[in-house]
Amino acid sequence: MERFLYLLHHENDGSFADRALEGLAFAKALAAQVGGDLHVAVCGEQATKAAHNLAGASQQPILVVEGAEFAFPRFATDAAALTAICETAAPTVVLACSTTRMTRVLAAVACRCKGAIDTHITGVSVNGGQLSVQRWYYRQRIQAEQCRSKRPWFMLFEGGMAPAWQIQTGTVQIQKVECRLPADKIRTIVEGKRTPSGESQTIRPAANLLFVAGAGWTKKQSDGQTHPDQAASLIRTFLQLGGASLGSTKSLVDLKGEGQTVLPFLTHLNQVGQTGSTPRHPKGLATCCHGEEPHVVGWRFINERRAINLDANCGWAQGKADVLYVADAFAVLEEINKLLQE
Amino acid sequence: MSFFHIVVCSGVAPDPLQTLLPVSDHSAPALKNEQMLPHLLDPWAEHSLFEAANLAKNNPQSKVWLVSMAPRAKLSQVMMKVAQKASFELVALDAPSNGFTDSFAAAEKLAETIRSIPSLDFNRLLLFGGWESASRASGTTLQMTGELLNICDQFQGVDELEVTNDGSLRVLERLEGGEHQISLCAGPPAVLGWATGNLPEPPNNPQVGMTNMRQIMPALQKAQAFGYPADALQFTSVALPQQKRDTELVKDKNPQEIAREIVDWMRRQ
Repeated sequence: MERFLYLLHHENDGSFADRALEGLAFAKALAAQVGGDLHVAVCGEQATKAAHNLAGASQQPILVVEGAEFAFPRFATDAAALTAICETAAPTVVLACSTTRMTRVLAAVACRCKGAIDTHITGVSVNGGQLSVQRWYYRQRIQAEQCRSKRPWFMLFEGGMAPAWQIQTGTVQIQKVECRLPADKIRTIVEGKRTPSGESQTIRPAANLLFVAGAGWTKKQSDGQTHPDQAASLIRTFLQLGGASLGSTKSLVDLKGEGQTVLPFLTHLNQVGQTGSTPRHPKGLATCCHGEEPHVVGWRFINERRAINLDANCGWAQGKADVLYVADAFAVLEEINKLLQE
Repeated sequence: MSFFHIVVCSGVAPDPLQTLLPVSDHSAPALKNEQMLPHLLDPWAEHSLFEAANLAKNNPQSKVWLVSMAPRAKLSQVMMKVAQKASFELVALDAPSNGFTDSFAAAEKLAETIRSIPSLDFNRLLLFGGWESASRASGTTLQMTGELLNICDQFQGVDELEVTNDGSLRVLERLEGGEHQISLCAGPPAVLGWATGNLPEPPNNPQVGMTNMRQIMPALQKAQAFGYPADALQFTSVALPQQKRDTELVKDKNPQEIAREIVDWMRRQ
């Protein structure tokens, strides 16, 4: 029988990320399906306090590692804390959700525990008590189902695998796990965060809509001229009024790197696709995008998709979007902004 | 003035514009016509090579090694392009490049190879690479390689590295929602898994290319063969996603009508 361990860290305000709670709900369901024990562990500055919001998450005491040194993501301290938890719980399957904090440390923890790891898992199936996971290869281009015999098996989930587990405050049995690092092992100080300010904050993971801007915005329009300022203004207004998150194609981001005038608020962080991100949003609207499969990878996990493009045969949209509007995106976006302002 | 021994780990990946089709033979999955597909240095690792070359340029006496696990013939082709971009010494491992392999085996081999590099000073080591490959795309190999080399300072999704006056490393790592975490590390050894970074692709420099190639050809000749263990992973299926949609083509509406339709769709729950 498998022995499951689900790992969480709390945020600076003591809450848990939605993604982590989605993973917890999925872990509970999986453990119930397989018929194994589920242990839950929390790491952070005030892990005990945060763990009291997880009443009912596990029949077992919640394992906690806490202290000021665990307040921020840092490889040395996080790896030591998670390894100590794994050594205490002695699981056969370790589950966690792919927050950036977990992602940057869990493979090393697997290595320390002499286990194996799979990441970017989008599904787990159980067949006769045997676990197998679904994940993507070649950056969301090929889907595989695979299993392992090696234990402990570390699994890092993608978000959205289950509705988030609802916080329940109550009495929770806590088991503290000792984790002390010698001072000379902590060589890194976390100085803080750099947050894009105001209107330059265009990446919104919780947004209902992903707006993808393609290189077409910077090309010559029907008057034979380029209009990058107008494009920037239209897109910025749309993002503000529609609360959308901004994605971009590689070609548009690269144009900026080459010194060409493009959208001033665009960075590599906006890039979606083969060498960018693959965000998850319920809806996606692509504008002036061209290209084939590698670029479309960027909206692999967008449920409802629409596109505006002048080319009816555009590879980005045909067979990949639900609706393709053959129209001038400048004109359409201007009208959309008028309607959103009403 | 600080100087660094920078080891960049990178494999090769199929050119992203190529169509990829998986095939399963009796052993493990692979890509159809993999030997025929044009390959590139793995994109994020290539960024890390450019960052390494720039760091070495700004910190005299620094040196860059490129440790690459890839089929020798593919690596040879890829080097024709990469060698003109940055100065480095190649350490080649002749290994399969397909992604359907276990990252721990790769990490073990990389760590063993890095340990055996003569003249590498571990107290000055910066282990660079992409935070994920474009093939296995798991983001685990570099982390485990660092772990096997007992490096206790690791950074992933790095977009910026600044060397301060006292030789400390200020690192910007990607967080959720377009944010970055700023960390100050006391110095090497450290692992940096790069995201895109900030540098544009350097222009070709034939002189650098010729200098590099003098070392690259012998390195390719003596590339050690490496095979992945067959039993680490068992695949039950490998397939292309089946998600072709019936795209509705709307050609005859004016911008006002389209805008109204899109806004209604956006507001619908």
